[in-house]
Amino acid sequence: MKRNIFTIGIATMLAAGTLVSCSKKLDRQPPNSVTAAQVFSTDTGAKQALAQVYAAYALTGSNGSGSTTLIGIDPGTSDFVRLLWDASELSTDEAVCAWNDPGVPDFHNMAWNSSNPILLGLYFRIMYQVTVANAFIQEADAVKGKFTGGALTDLNHYIAESRFLRAFDYWEMLDLFGKAPFVTEKSPIGVGTYLPPQASADSLFSYVESELKDLDNTNAMVTARQNEFARADQACVWALLARLYLNAQTYTGTARFTDAITYSSKVITTGGYALLPNFHNNFLADNDSSNNTEQILSIAYDGVNTQNYGGTTFIINAEIGGSMNPAAYGVPTGGWGGNRTTANIPNLFPDVTGTVDKRSLFYTPGQSEAIASISTFTDGYPSVKFQNVTSKDKLPAGAATYCTTSFPLFRLAEQYLIRAESVLRGGSGSTQAQALADYNILRDRASDTSASYEATSIVLQDILNERGRELSWECFRRTDLIRYGLFTSSTYLWPWKGGVSSGTGVDSHYNLFPLPASDLNVNPNLIQNKGY
Amino acid sequence: MRKKRLLAKAGVFCLLIMLALPAYSQNTVVTGKITDSTGTPLVGASVTIAGSPRGTTTDANGVYHLNVTSSDKTLLVSAVGYSPRRISIGSSGLIILSAVNSSLNEVVVIGYGTQLKKDLTGSVASVNAKDFQHGAITSFDQLIAGKIAGVSVTSNGGQPGSASTIRIRGVSSINGNTDPLYVLDGLELPNSTNNGISTTAAINSPLDFLNPDDVANITVLKDAASSAIYGSRASAGVVMINTKRGASGNPVMNFNTSITAGTIAKYLPVLSAGQFRNYVNSQVAINPADSTFADMMGGANTNWQKLIYQTAVTDNENLSVMGTTGSMPYRVSLGHHGEQGILKTDNLQRQTVGIHLFPHFLDDKLKIDVNLNGIYTGSRFANTSAVGSATTFDPTQSPYQKGSAWGGFFEWTNRSTGALNALATKNPLALLQQDNNYGNAAASIGNVHADYQIPHVSGLHAIADLGYEVTSGYGQNAVPGDAAQQAANSPGPGLISKYKTNNTYIRALYQLSYIKDLPSIKSNINLIGAYTYANTATTQYNYQSYDASNAILSGSVPVYPTNPADYTLISYLSRLIYTFDQKYILTASIRDDRSSKFNPSNRQAIFPAVAAAWRIKQEKFLSGVNWLTDLKLRGSYGKTGNQDGINDYSYIPVYSLSTNSSQYKFGNTFYNTYTPAAFNANIKWEQTTSANVGLDFSLFEGRIIGAVDYYNKSISNLFFPTSVPAGTNFTNNLTANIGTMTDHGVELALSINLIKARNFNWDVDYNIAYNKNTITKITVGQPGSNFYGIQAGPIGGGTGNMIQIQTVGYDPYSFFVLQQAYGKNGQPLEGIFVDRNRDGVITPPPSGDAYHDHSPYAPVIMGMTNTFSYNKWSLTIVARANIGNYMYNNVASDLGVTEYMLNPLNYLTNASTDIYKSHFYAPQYYSDYYVENASFVRVDNIGINYKVGRVARTSTLNLSANCQNVFVITRYSGQDPEVSGGIDNNIYPRPRNYTIGASLNF
Repeated sequence: MKRNIFTIGIATMLAAGTLVSCSKKLDRQPPNSVTAAQVFSTDTGAKQALAQVYAAYALTGSNGSGSTTLIGIDPGTSDFVRLLWDASELSTDEAVCAWNDPGVPDFHNMAWNSSNPILLGLYFRIMYQVTVANAFIQEADAVKGKFTGGALTDLNHYIAESRFLRAFDYWEMLDLFGKAPFVTEKSPIGVGTYLPPQASADSLFSYVESELKDLDNTNAMVTARQNEFARADQACVWALLARLYLNAQTYTGTARFTDAITYSSKVITTGGYALLPNFHNNFLADNDSSNNTEQILSIAYDGVNTQNYGGTTFIINAEIGGSMNPAAYGVPTGGWGGNRTTANIPNLFPDVTGTVDKRSLFYTPGQSEAIASISTFTDGYPSVKFQNVTSKDKLPAGAATYCTTSFPLFRLAEQYLIRAESVLRGGSGSTQAQALADYNILRDRASDTSASYEATSIVLQDILNERGRELSWECFRRTDLIRYGLFTSSTYLWPWKGGVSSGTGVDSHYNLFPLPASDLNVNPNLIQNKGY
Repeated sequence: MRKKRLLAKAGVFCLLIMLALPAYSQNTVVTGKITDSTGTPLVGASVTIAGSPRGTTTDANGVYHLNVTSSDKTLLVSAVGYSPRRISIGSSGLIILSAVNSSLNEVVVIGYGTQLKKDLTGSVASVNAKDFQHGAITSFDQLIAGKIAGVSVTSNGGQPGSASTIRIRGVSSINGNTDPLYVLDGLELPNSTNNGISTTAAINSPLDFLNPDDVANITVLKDAASSAIYGSRASAGVVMINTKRGASGNPVMNFNTSITAGTIAKYLPVLSAGQFRNYVNSQVAINPADSTFADMMGGANTNWQKLIYQTAVTDNENLSVMGTTGSMPYRVSLGHHGEQGILKTDNLQRQTVGIHLFPHFLDDKLKIDVNLNGIYTGSRFANTSAVGSATTFDPTQSPYQKGSAWGGFFEWTNRSTGALNALATKNPLALLQQDNNYGNAAASIGNVHADYQIPHVSGLHAIADLGYEVTSGYGQNAVPGDAAQQAANSPGPGLISKYKTNNTYIRALYQLSYIKDLPSIKSNINLIGAYTYANTATTQYNYQSYDASNAILSGSVPVYPTNPADYTLISYLSRLIYTFDQKYILTASIRDDRSSKFNPSNRQAIFPAVAAAWRIKQEKFLSGVNWLTDLKLRGSYGKTGNQDGINDYSYIPVYSLSTNSSQYKFGNTFYNTYTPAAFNANIKWEQTTSANVGLDFSLFEGRIIGAVDYYNKSISNLFFPTSVPAGTNFTNNLTANIGTMTDHGVELALSINLIKARNFNWDVDYNIAYNKNTITKITVGQPGSNFYGIQAGPIGGGTGNMIQIQTVGYDPYSFFVLQQAYGKNGQPLEGIFVDRNRDGVITPPPSGDAYHDHSPYAPVIMGMTNTFSYNKWSLTIVARANIGNYMYNNVASDLGVTEYMLNPLNYLTNASTDIYKSHFYAPQYYSDYYVENASFVRVDNIGINYKVGRVARTSTLNLSANCQNVFVITRYSGQDPEVSGGIDNNIYPRPRNYTIGASLNF
């Protein structure tokens, strides 16, 4: 009997083992996550996925400011605006940075190479944005048949906006790298070893142009000025086309100034946007609410809900050092002592204090205009254009280090300058008188003594200088200097250009950034830019 | 899940019922006593009847009682560390066993079974309790430091409860798991670092459960053939821990206690207050504008390091009782371990309980082992950022300031507004005293092992083994509102944060084994087949945090209340050990592992192994060679795998909601975004193929015992973060099976009984190992000319600087640095490096100007233990050495510059005294000046033991005194030449410990 009990016991255990092996399969669904089909089953889910298409520009990752989707670069430095800012401002007369962070000094020295971590970050960040947009379009297209009525209208707008953002990304690739690995919603994601083909400058230009024109012709976007803040509308499509055509000669060798006039005029006349009476309110912590009439598309940040170490948090904290009081700029616990301008930028203004031109927003006490050492913060005037205080001089919620100020990607002021420049460069569809008026409308706003500050005639160099006054630190300078042929040449110098304190020209291959070595290593379809 | 738990519980319940059943009675009783050659009774020696499974063990006085029948003729007497003897029943009652350095007949635990040491075919090393390190031992891994050839044990710093990093034969993986598999009393433990979720508070290693005093033996399986039976869990080797067993007869109690004083062994060299003042004043003399900095200086002379460290007191008490009740041997132990850290406020209190029962039933046909271990800890965790802050804080400031708004502590403030300078270094003492991080951990680990000898088929056993590990760690940190360290929080200053992590691991094993002697064909067969199921589940709880006024910290409200994760491994395995003529031994095994971490087509992996041994001494032609006691040649070849160290679900495409601080705003509404996760559908097993050749020898009747091994490993499908073509995934870099690496080495272990006199004995154990890892592939295709490798090893200072690199043809984690140029006076020239690619400019790494400057791994490691015994006294000295390992001195590179002493962010920073050597103004992070040879000889432990002997009628007493971390001989200029990973940046210093202890048997 006793023996039987044990035999039964052993048998039970063996049986248990067999059951254990069957009861739990090896197929798992990760916790706290859902499939694409679940996300795209509702309008709300689709909108939350669209929020990621946009958030990809604002954040480095989805799990707080320390998280990132990119490897090979510090998370805090790897968001789109900070990377773009480094590449398009530190390489010019508009900014120097005191820090010795990996890759940063390469920009002043104009000596970057294919291993520069910031360029790696910028390249992959933009292509990440493309990939998220592609995935969105792919999944949303697949569920279109299940949506009806208002939900379907919304979904179609989401798809159109994703296509617009993707076109914007490819324009950035064209402008920065002159080429791009080319993927659309039809390209596989995460499967096998798919190697995207490389799109040349010409084909990228055509693709961006045709996508934008298609979005415009089919009225796929929300009507201009009718979308929610921080979402793209039809005016964005026109604004990007205007920008693309302004620089067409740089990109393809063929000038398209007449087209630039066509689309900038559309934004100005039918876009519904208006210049803010107060220039500075465009760059303060409440530029997302009452002060957004001029911003056609902004990246929205929030000190509490959209935290990162890049974007305006970077721009504002990095501009504060020396004897500046961080709290006065809305970051009581911040102030990283990094960025200042070279003397060339303050020198564009009639006086550095801003009495004539209120866009002259420099902090001078304890600072010297000349830069003896790039690593000394008090050498060079920092710009305090961007601040984390509201137009009523209040702190936004959660003001400590993270900033709430939005970053404008498209602003109406730029469109006036595009139209004026395109006229001066021989485009048709507008007049010299209109060009002068477009130029003066910005000077009028900038000055209390508007009549005397208006110009009576302008030449091309005036437009570049005006862009320096109006658009500085908004990531335009590199593109502008290249369009004017001044970026690498020794015609125009600024302190520390090419790593020399008096400035020096560098080889023209630096007009384009190199593709990162890490992508070249894994994708044999890619051909490096000349000179790298 | 639920169903399976119930079944597992039912199984345990059945086994517990069996424990209560009585055993058979037998005929006559023989009694005897077993001692060593000095007359000391041997406790726990095994006495069995030859040709029968029946037997017993000796009690505290070395006495055994055994029931025998008239047909029994011979007793087999054995004890760990002694030569066994065969005694005919009825002869002398006193049996003397002579000690050997390492008995060939010792039973060694191998995977899913045991084997006699003489029959081993693989590279297996074993250390018994008598050879363990002594002193203040918190965790088991410290017991075997320096004891086994090719096994490096590096403590991760001096924090109480801090575990060690164990590496067997170099690194087995670069991005996958490199920790060995731990097997406790036959239960494979889960890997603590497998899913990227932080380990439970206060439990750093699964073995923190274990009271080191309960450990009887640690065995390490080094070659693939021995470890392949554990398949995918064993690519980094296997460490098997066996706890002490019960004894027969009357209960024997042991009480031991020790008290330890720990002190800091070496301060980091930084400027004194006087030196600091001189420097600041000298700068003001050069640049009068710097006088604002001179004004910032205080009038004190503060040695911040002295302020934050203390003499740490550790006490340790263990009480155990072992014996037999009815027919059931048992051992029960209780332990308390109270440990202060040398960093003030650090404190660990640990209670442990161990229950081990070994009932036999059915005429000993059913043997059951029950092992249960419990632990409860209460800790206060010091804020270790004080370690770094103490080296950089201005030594002219006093710790406290009258009227300070920051808890009375001096902190850096804006001199005009009085506002806190948020970016300045925080007062180290305030970091410690204003941080109140209290945590608890509760854990239980155990298994029930039932071995049933199936009737009528002699040698056939059915085995079931059900095991579990359950841990829970939880705690709370509270920082008051007047603490500078959390002043930057929003909406208000201060912090209250909670944390909790639970782990549940269950493992079921069902095994058949067949062991048969076939004398007619001089053969022995040992065959096993088994099925195992293991599931590891971790749940991390997410809590919102609060500021000091109990307002919810902005962005801290979790979207998901928990982060659960789990994975399952199902395995089938089989092994045959065939012995012919006691001379030729062949082992062949195969294991089939299936993991939930991979997609169905990659899920299964087969891990085969084969090994052979030739006991040459058994051959006739050596029978006359008397000085040669034993000689054996071994060879093995096998495969192991790795799936630990990668995410549990990395092959599955999914979307997750972003956290509340990562929302995006449309209009006036914030949305948690649905983010697609990067995934690699093709991820699969890492595989290691390894070959081993070894020679075991024993000379002069065991006076010299040794083993030499050569091994060669090739690791393929290495998990490597690899660039993903832009536009094809939701990241630029994914873990994929890209790399390959080779690893080869030679090991020698020697045990020499140098002097063996009447009262004096001198034993030397020495081991030396050479190991060389080389990366052989890290990219999919042929890399471009601008590709220098994959950077690794982030350092402190700058943002994102990395000092190491993985490059084909080099050791993993080789330093990749610029070659410093030196002036005629031998002074390094700031900012001047050798233009190695001669392109006219110096480009920081990765670039053609950088070069591979050594590796952090020591090619040669050694260990040596000298034991001298004289009558009742013994003296043990344990020393270890690493030769050829290099270290990046991050403390010197970050603090050994003057640029930040007058900090542009308006405060003062102290510097390392290296500034007097380098005279660097700005950081030169990539200079090879900071890559130093960190070879060392460390005298780990000096211990004196005195056997007082009988102190009462039934009691014996042992007294001991130990010093740990006695001294280090090295040319490395930093604090400690032994830092796992090779980057020295403010590690928690290892204390020097002085311990006295007493052990009483009664």
